[in-house]
Amino acid sequence: MKRFEILSKRMLNDNITWLVISAPLVARKAKPGQFIILRTDEYGERIPLTMAGHDSKKGTIDLIYAAVGRTTMLMDQLEVGDCFADIVGPLGKPTEMEGLKKVCVVGGGTGNALAYPLAKGMHDAGIEVDMITGFKNKDLVILQDEFKAGTDNLYLVTDDGTAGEKMFTTVKLEELIAAGNDYDEIVAVGPPIMMKFTCEIAQKHGIKSIASLTAYMIDGTGMCGGCRCNIGGEDKFVCVDGPDFDGSLVDWDELIQRSAYYSDQEKYDREHVCRLTGGVRYND
Amino acid sequence: MINLQREKNPMPEQAPDVRNKNFLEVTLGYTEEQAINEALRCVKCRKKPCMDGCPVMVKIPEFVAKVAEGEFEEAYQIISETSSLPAICGRVCPQENQCEGVCARGVKGMPVAIGRLERFVADWHAANYGDEEIKPAKGNGHKVAIVGAGPAGLACAGDLINKGYEVTVFESLHKTGGVLVYGIPQFRLPKEIVAAEVAKLEAKGVKFETDAIVGRAITVDELIKEEKFESVFIGTGAGLPSFMNIPGENLLGVVSANEYLTRINLMKAYKDEYDTPIMHPKRIAVVGGGNVAMDAARCAKRMGAEAVYVIYRRSAEEIPARAEELHHAIEEGIIFHYLTNPVQVLGDDKGNVTGIECVKMELGAPDASGRRRPIEIEGSNFVEDVDYVIMSIGTKLNKLILDTTDNLKANERGGIGTDDKAETNRPEIFAGGDAVTGAATVIKAMGAGKTAAAGIDEFLSK
Repeated sequence: MKRFEILSKRMLNDNITWLVISAPLVARKAKPGQFIILRTDEYGERIPLTMAGHDSKKGTIDLIYAAVGRTTMLMDQLEVGDCFADIVGPLGKPTEMEGLKKVCVVGGGTGNALAYPLAKGMHDAGIEVDMITGFKNKDLVILQDEFKAGTDNLYLVTDDGTAGEKMFTTVKLEELIAAGNDYDEIVAVGPPIMMKFTCEIAQKHGIKSIASLTAYMIDGTGMCGGCRCNIGGEDKFVCVDGPDFDGSLVDWDELIQRSAYYSDQEKYDREHVCRLTGGVRYND
Repeated sequence: MINLQREKNPMPEQAPDVRNKNFLEVTLGYTEEQAINEALRCVKCRKKPCMDGCPVMVKIPEFVAKVAEGEFEEAYQIISETSSLPAICGRVCPQENQCEGVCARGVKGMPVAIGRLERFVADWHAANYGDEEIKPAKGNGHKVAIVGAGPAGLACAGDLINKGYEVTVFESLHKTGGVLVYGIPQFRLPKEIVAAEVAKLEAKGVKFETDAIVGRAITVDELIKEEKFESVFIGTGAGLPSFMNIPGENLLGVVSANEYLTRINLMKAYKDEYDTPIMHPKRIAVVGGGNVAMDAARCAKRMGAEAVYVIYRRSAEEIPARAEELHHAIEEGIIFHYLTNPVQVLGDDKGNVTGIECVKMELGAPDASGRRRPIEIEGSNFVEDVDYVIMSIGTKLNKLILDTTDNLKANERGGIGTDDKAETNRPEIFAGGDAVTGAATVIKAMGAGKTAAAGIDEFLSK
């Protein structure tokens, strides 16, 4: 196996891809909730991605991503046998599981892919796991078989009702709490706005909430400070203090604002790359 | 024959109005004639204060004498006895506080331009002998791990490989060089020079493992117990950027100097072919007065900013930046607000920075650092219209290694605790550079790396 070689590639739907990559140094210590930073090639930016899984014995890690930005679109051009220029990790603190008996994991959109290792990790650790997976429509639904195997109860909801029940994840969560489920913790993984509402529901019912945050960052070791966010009035770095934080302490409005900082530039880049080259720039 | 000229030979450099629009090196280096003429200014004084002023004790009078004779390669060999990275030190050392600060010629007139001569010698060697074959050193069978490929780690690796150790350097970033590549800009230290120094170490047999984060992927204890390294040197650098904790600091357009510089230097955001996102703001405030602040301000100008303000709370007298950087920054059109301190960053309803509110300061009695303490002048607040703010007010120490290494003790600053031989409370573990002292200089880090190499050699020779 070459360094950071892609060993398998599987399209989960039109937009979401599951890669298994050789990265023994990362895999040997990886834990659910941790992330890596990768670079596709010499010209690529460094982007953080939460690991969707890993196999310490085989020395591989799993990445599930949606091709939404320049780097992830470039990643889609890579095939089995191709290699990433760089993958560093595991970064961030692993998700805390100690003392938990029953949790509800709520995943939104691509966030479901990142919620998968958390749910499975907790399930494997003997914690009772309810999981709500929410998507816009049936075409975007992913990983239902994996989730079924990795949770105690799985609930599928879509915004338009084309798969599972027609409702938002937050409504399902309210339902499950109202039905008497006694959760020690609610874990939210997805778009910031969805995590915000999920954590607010948890708070309303006096349940601890954990949100797995993503942010712009460069090094992933605390050096750049780009990923700082306001947690309970204090600045914390997502890369070293997180990525999991108590959802009731997160300043969601600030986080949502900060997470869109480069969106104009990204939009331009996206069009720029594809218009010029169809996604691939360097063939050497 | 001594050259009695009082002034240093001026350094050829790009004109300010030209260079503040490109990332090419600002200073061009002495010609052979200029170097010889400058070297002849050395009066060969008996006390050699310059050597004591140098953290790695370069044999300055000896190499300068060789330059004066036109024996440039011999001069290089003399420097190489003690310094592993002269092309870098000649460019980035704060010579005015070190060798040149105590030079006898500086009493009346300017000191000998030791830094410029060091750079000349290193560049001359690279141009004339750069492709010479380097033979790997003869091994002594001992394995040493170095954590961090910055100046401390590279200096330590250089000394150890020369002594025959099997050396592996672990680096968390994708590129070696540490602050030399992510922090110091291309126009001050071309990255090709750092790459050449690293290549030299590789040719001698040093192994570099990039993308390897010690403390997470593998711990220091695992390096010792599982990977059988007999000694470990920790040179992981300064760590987390400090912020001021003033209102508005998380607005869009407030970044740390570390982030801004890393995007530009390591991630080459100034080159079109790189994907790295970066903003191109028009009016920028840089808060702080160190070398990092100067680098950020000068990069900002080169990235197309119309106005760049350096906001520093003390006066021009106390500014910690290297004299040459300050001089260059002023020439390039950076505007300095001395005795000024930000009180809040202002933003619009979308969260974008629109200005920085500052207060004027005056200097009071000296504080613990010996410098006069700045005090706010009440009612002197004013707003500078800016759309971007770069915080460059120092760093806090990163705890990763301390938190993940068994029984490794911290010092009173929160860095890794060491004695003056760079040895920690664990006899097989050594540490040095910013990871121990907090933010300091490249040459001090190199000095610490060399001290540690000597300590490791002593420890493993027992």
